[in-house]
Formats: sequence, C-alpha cells, structure tokens
Amino acid sequence: MTAATAAPALRVTGLSKSYGTHTVLRDITVDVRAGETLCLIGPSGSGKSTLLKCLNLLETPDNGEIWLGETHLTAPGADVDAARARIGMVFQHFNLFPHMSVERNVSIALTSVKGLPRDRARETALRRLAEVGLEAFADRRPSQLSGGQQQRVAIARALAMQPDVMLFDEATSALDPELVKDVLAVMRDLAAGGMTMAVVTHEMGFAREAADRVAFMCDGRLAEIDTPGRIFERAENPRLRQFLSQVL
Amino acid sequence: MTHLASPDLAANALVNTFFNWELIAQTFPRLITEGLLNTIAIAAGAIVVGIVIALLAAMLLLSDRWWVRLPARIYVDVFRGLPVIITVMLVGVGLPAAGIRPFGTDPFGYAILAIGIISGAYTAEIFRSGIQSVDPGQLQAARSLGMSYLRAMRLVVVPQGIRRVLPAMAGQFVKDIKESSLVYLLGLAAGQRELFFIAQEEVARTYNSSPLLAAGVCYLALTIPMTYLVNHLDKRLREGPRRTDPPVAGEPDVPQPPVPATAGEKA
Repeated sequence: MTAATAAPALRVTGLSKSYGTHTVLRDITVDVRAGETLCLIGPSGSGKSTLLKCLNLLETPDNGEIWLGETHLTAPGADVDAARARIGMVFQHFNLFPHMSVERNVSIALTSVKGLPRDRARETALRRLAEVGLEAFADRRPSQLSGGQQQRVAIARALAMQPDVMLFDEATSALDPELVKDVLAVMRDLAAGGMTMAVVTHEMGFAREAADRVAFMCDGRLAEIDTPGRIFERAENPRLRQFLSQVL
Repeated sequence: MTHLASPDLAANALVNTFFNWELIAQTFPRLITEGLLNTIAIAAGAIVVGIVIALLAAMLLLSDRWWVRLPARIYVDVFRGLPVIITVMLVGVGLPAAGIRPFGTDPFGYAILAIGIISGAYTAEIFRSGIQSVDPGQLQAARSLGMSYLRAMRLVVVPQGIRRVLPAMAGQFVKDIKESSLVYLLGLAAGQRELFFIAQEEVARTYNSSPLLAAGVCYLALTIPMTYLVNHLDKRLREGPRRTDPPVAGEPDVPQPPVPATAGEKA
C-alpha cells in the first residue's frame, strides 16, 4: 500500500452506458489517483467490468468524460489507440495470443505499437517475464502453461508497455484456487511498487490488504467509495452490508 | 449366356475409347512439359488472386455497417451462385468486349482473373467464418495494447482465424485446380495450354478419349498431394511446435511432484 498523491491518473465524470433499454452504468464519477490501488467490488451484473472496459474504451460510454492524466479520451478525434497503449489491461480469461510464443506475446506490442527493434523488444520481454518468474517459459506456447502462469504472462505483457495505469478485470476468477495466490502476489508487488491500479475483484482479502480505496458498485451506480477499513468494518449502506455478508 | 457378346463389346469399346495405352503414353510428355506448368500457373495465380479478394471481402463482411457489408455480400452471392462456366465467359469474353482489357488480348490473364474471382467468393465466406470463430477477447486484448483495429486483425485475429479453416481451404484449392480446366473455353494460345486443353486437342486429333485419362491422372497428381500437404500443415499448427521439456523445477504453479504444466488446465 502506498500513500496516493493528489493528482488523478484517471478521472471519470458522469459516465453512463446502456445496452438497448438496459442501463449498465449510471452517472459514474470517480478518480483513480496516481499510485493508488482502487478495488471495485460488488455483485455480479453491477457494472464493474463494463466500467473497467469503458476506462480504456473497449466499451464506448454513452455519456460522460474520461481523462487519462491530461489527455481527454472521450473527446471527438482523440487518439484512442495511443491512449490504450498507456493503459495496461489484464483480463479474466488471460486472452494470450495462442499462435505466438510467450515471449512474442509480451513483445508484439513493443515492436508493432512502440516500434522497438525486434532484439530490444525481446530483451524487454524477457526482463518482464523474469519479474513474474517465467523467463524460463519464454519460448513455450501459452497453452503449455498453467492458468496462473498464463495470467502472469498477461500481466507481463501489459507491463511491458510501461503503462501509466493498470486495469485488472477479475484477473483471478478463472483460476483454480491454488493458482490464485501467485497472481495476487504479483498484483500486490505492483501495488506496493506504486503502480496506479483499478482492480475489479472478488478477492475480498486482496481488496482489504492491497487497496488504498474500495468502491462498491450496485445496479450500475457507484454506491460507496472509501478506505478498505471503512468499507469492510464500518459499512452502513444496507446493500453493501448484504453483499459483504454473502462474500465474507 | 446369350447376352454375353453385348457386354463384351461394350467393355471393348470402353477399353478402346479410354484405355488406349499407346495414346496415353504419347500424350503424357506434352501434358507434363506444357500442360502441368500452365495448370499450376493458372491455379496458383487464381488462388493468390482469390485469397487477396477474399481477405478484403471477409473484412467487409465482418463490418457492423450494412452498407459496408453490402458490396461484399453481392459479390459473394453472385459469384458463388453463377455457374463457373458463365463467369469464365463473362470475364474472359465479356470484359474485353466491354473494352475492359487489363491483359490486352492475352487470354491467360483473363483465365487467372476469372478463376480467381470465383475462388475469392468462396474463400471470403471461409475466411469470414474462421475469423468470426476467434474469441472476441483476442481482439480486445490486442486493442488494449494500443494496436489499431487493422493491426490487431492482421497480427492477432486473422492469423488465428485462417489457421482454423485450413482444411476448408484445401478443398477450395482443389476446386480451383479443377476449375482451371474451364479456361479452355477462352482459346489459349500455343504454349499457354493447360492440361485439359492439351488432352482435348489430342482427343480431337485421334478420335479417342484416352488422352483425357492421362490429363485426369495429372490433375490427381496435383490435387491429392496438395490436400495431404495442407492437412499435414494443419496438424502441425494445431499441435504447435514439438516441446516436451518438463516444467522448470521450483515453479510454484507446478504441483508436486512435477507433472506437465498443462495437466488439468483448460486453456
């Protein structure tokens, strides 16, 4: 846990999103401060994942603004690709590229997006893989790795781009229980190292220990946002209390 | 027993018309030196033209906007729906007649174009289905790294989609090779003649159909190995590079005692 500085790395104001007549997100306003770990919790269907995917515009919000530092992402004509290169994302189902080696998974965006020469990209990729303890697997295919290893490769892939912000979308939900702790350990190290993170998670232990703030989402709204202590120990919102009683 | 003579005669006629070994042997040298190369050139050219058109058409077919899909939809429906022979005539005779002469008066280019246009219509649908079968998460992951839509498609989605449809494409290639025989209708010049044209010339000259059998053997010599080659490639891509190294010791994900890392995982 690090003390978050005041400047927001990511700022969301008045964000809403619906699919047809079904409203998924209602008027969300939230900051992710630089260096902060913000955990998003809430019942399934509450809009956590959709909110996260709106942050890097994998989902297009209907209304509202998103700012990444000084860059207005929802402005007309904004360079969304360039912005996404500054926002790392880790998915529930890893989404590694199965037709590439582990090393190429990590280096592909370095060469194709950042324009690094192939050998330097490989060097960077191997260093990132070493950080998650998987450099020995560099020349394997993702399918030859366990789920936990694959997710750590996915984290290395996102980190290789040196993002300003990391988004984690239920990064441990698809893993067998015994594989969860290694992925969480990597995420804890990142948080401790001062990475700005927005984490959708069902791991209440992680949220309690690693988060600077916890946001509780419910019916597409941001119902509560506070320190883990106040969210977990002194919850007053009845929906939050009900949710916590079910998951703790 | 009274009807014995009749089947005998018929059998003899069949043998004489299609199995004249001498004629077959005479036809082979020209088939191999001239026809085989030209058939390969037409089919290979058509396959390349078809793949290029098909990639473009498949990308259009995958669009969210109906007016982007529409031209590709019309192209696919028309050229899959028309008999091959009509398309060959439309392209090979119709285009030059309409004053569109990208290849001048040389029928070879029109032949490749005609077969390529037909091949593209079928291959477009094969590509579309292959690309659509790729998990949408792949595109999301690529885009989340900052790749543009086209770059993400080119590097991540399309290669996976095409690998999945290799067997279907082998079938399409076989069709392209066989259908290249229809360019015979365009009256290829000397030196441009493909397998069927040469055989047909020999048939006309000798009043015997045996040269067709020789041409048939040449077609099979192309199509059968190609099918097995593509299937072999498909199998290799599916299984990935052969690696049987045990997982690295001390790796916390590997259960003790160590078993292969993929065991029990649904990747």
